[in-house]
Amino acid sequence: MQAAVISFPGSNCDRDMYVALNKFCSKVHKVWHKDSSLPENLDLIAIPGGFSYGDYLRCGSLAAHSNIMDEVKRQADRGVKILGVCNGFQILTEAGLLPGTLLRNENIKFLSKKVDLQVVNKNTNFSSKIKKTTISIPIAHHDGNYFCEKDTLKQIEDNEQIVFKYSNNPNGSISDIAGICNKNKNVLGMMPHPERAVDEFVGGTDGMAIFESLLS
Amino acid sequence: MRAKIHITLKKSVLDPQGNAISELVASKGINGVSNIRQGKYFEVDLAESNEAKATEIVDKLCQDFLANGVIEDYKFELAK
Repeated sequence: MQAAVISFPGSNCDRDMYVALNKFCSKVHKVWHKDSSLPENLDLIAIPGGFSYGDYLRCGSLAAHSNIMDEVKRQADRGVKILGVCNGFQILTEAGLLPGTLLRNENIKFLSKKVDLQVVNKNTNFSSKIKKTTISIPIAHHDGNYFCEKDTLKQIEDNEQIVFKYSNNPNGSISDIAGICNKNKNVLGMMPHPERAVDEFVGGTDGMAIFESLLS
Repeated sequence: MRAKIHITLKKSVLDPQGNAISELVASKGINGVSNIRQGKYFEVDLAESNEAKATEIVDKLCQDFLANGVIEDYKFELAK
């Protein structure tokens, strides 16, 4: 199993993602946003959390136009699995790989805590090995309020693209959405941080099953 | 030529920052002010002097970069 983690200026969860993926992969590549190519034969491309480009213009909007994103889109079209966490989710929506967008939290507070997530779709590359119906994963965001138009919401519901929902909605997200995938089910964006939940000592281990689903 | 671009949230989109400003303003005794909506304003220099072509460039700039069509509307004016 091989994965790549892409770093942008302002990414700050790239190392955590690298450490988490190393538990499951034979090789994890570190890739800089100015690179224009990715290794072949990747099983997973991870877009990590942080504050790419200082959240200038809109969260994730400048990173979505980076050199490397053309290659990410090409590999996504080929069916390579893409995981965007937190700022990575924002980047994937801005890049048009996922529908909707992420607004400022409804209560305008930065939220940093563990939350319970309902796994509402276990038939995806990202959730098939999750045994529990509710998992506990940390969140840390200011702009995690998922929004899309009603027509889009109906589409993603009908296509079973919603993978994770908050048990107690912390940020105002429409329909309690915490994580969605694309129509082809190979691109997932989620605000909670599974890479912060792969060790008993920090954050618990409920994130493990997401990586096991992806990389087994 | 210079473009003056306004980007605003669509009416259907919640604006928590605008709401917080509205509440503060009301609490400070400024009456009759409500429904504040926060937006963005850009000024852009353009090498193009033909108005139709400049409009095309600014439309593309707004659609591809400055505005997110899911939540935002844009409008602009061109000045010599």
